[in-house]
Amino acid sequence: MTSAEKYVAAAYLVVFVALLAYVVIIASKLARLEAALTELVERVRARG
Amino acid sequence: MRTYVSDVTALARKDLLLELRARDTLPAMLLFVVAALVVFHFALPSGSGRLAGLGLLWVAIVFTALLGLSRVFVAEREQGVLDALVLAPSDRSAIWLGKAVAAFTFLGLAEVVALPAFGLFFSGVGGATVAAVALADVGICSVGVFLAAMSVSTRARELMLPVLFLPLAIPIVVGGVGASVTDAPGRYLAFLALYDALFATICWASFEYVVTE
Amino acid sequence: MWLRNNALQASALGAGLLLTAAIALIAFYVPTDADQGLSQKIFYFHVPIALTAYACFGWGAWKALRHLWHRDERADLESYVAIHLGVIFGALTIVTGSIWARASWGVWWAWQSRQLVLFLVLFLFYCAYFMLRYSVESGPRRARLSAVYAIFGVVLIPISFLAIRLAEDFIHPTVFTSRGPQMAGSMFFTFCVSWAAMLATAHALYRIELAGKRIDAQLRELGELLT
Repeated sequence: MTSAEKYVAAAYLVVFVALLAYVVIIASKLARLEAALTELVERVRARG
Repeated sequence: MRTYVSDVTALARKDLLLELRARDTLPAMLLFVVAALVVFHFALPSGSGRLAGLGLLWVAIVFTALLGLSRVFVAEREQGVLDALVLAPSDRSAIWLGKAVAAFTFLGLAEVVALPAFGLFFSGVGGATVAAVALADVGICSVGVFLAAMSVSTRARELMLPVLFLPLAIPIVVGGVGASVTDAPGRYLAFLALYDALFATICWASFEYVVTE
Repeated sequence: MWLRNNALQASALGAGLLLTAAIALIAFYVPTDADQGLSQKIFYFHVPIALTAYACFGWGAWKALRHLWHRDERADLESYVAIHLGVIFGALTIVTGSIWARASWGVWWAWQSRQLVLFLVLFLFYCAYFMLRYSVESGPRRARLSAVYAIFGVVLIPISFLAIRLAEDFIHPTVFTSRGPQMAGSMFFTFCVSWAAMLATAHALYRIELAGKRIDAQLRELGELLT
């Protein structure tokens, strides 16, 4: 690969990685929200 | 309208009188600016040229202003007076304007010492530089007092002010240095005037949102 | 009606399709630039990302204005998310711009690039926005201070741009001009698709982040109601 190709690839890779990081962050947030919701459901059930 | 002007004058006079009695902010600013100029002498290797010195003059002005601005609402906060001021039946923006006028006075007095000192240590300053300093002071005091009010409500208090202020100070520095070092200062003075008009207007219009609970 | 009920999914789908189309066009359709060579293709991402960042800051300021003028409570969160996205896109602008500078002129940072310098100033300003938000307790005061600051930011953008242009006269007399709107038809088309893709991506991310934060708030409220 020529150096020009490397830089172009690097630029696009950076954007791709940023998007991927976003996906990972959303996924972990979703997991956390699900855990919180489960706990709340348990509390409502316990109340009877 | 007349009550507005008298409110502003009363607030500005109060701050100036307090300073006259306490004498803590202005001497500190004066000492700081002269010390800064001495530091800059050592920061400029020989052969740096006259223009580098002029650039550093503007750095000294901005940081001296920051020093003074960090004190602008301290007295009110310590004595819990800010709420009383806000509840007073005057337009809230009068608080901002009164404080800005007082700050402008302090900064101006500091520069009355700083500019001749600069002339002594480095090189003389021309009329364009003085005009630029005057215009820049308006911008610095408008935005600075506004942001000082904002930072007083934060946990970080005085630490917040430089962080908030410096990005907004960049155009002022560009205008000031441009007017000082180039052969066509008119454009830069006009730019400073534009900055002042724009930011003073939005500061004046939105100050009440900053101080109301 | 499916569109209205599934707005979030539609937004994400649209963004994905546009992004795919943009990359396909950049890789296979648009010709390589005669002067700058292959590295010019970074431009098709770098500039749309920059423009999208501006759009995010503008949208954030608009929501801030709505919060202050119309007492729109939800607008504070919307303004925050928009500015958050703007900072992310701004950081991407600086990184891709730096890579492009390295590819074109051999340096990782170029004060000659007005775009880069402007984004650096804005990046500093909007990072301070987050410092401000973290330094105030959550509530109406924080919302108001953030809103006012967001509006200052949007006024700062043109002023800073002017300042940087004026500064060039005494800082760097030489200005590198990068390929502007004088593009061949296929280049302009690709650019437009890429720009639409970036805006769509920002829009999808905006709605996703907003939904996440709203759910957070509602769960917290639910927790409080149950105790």
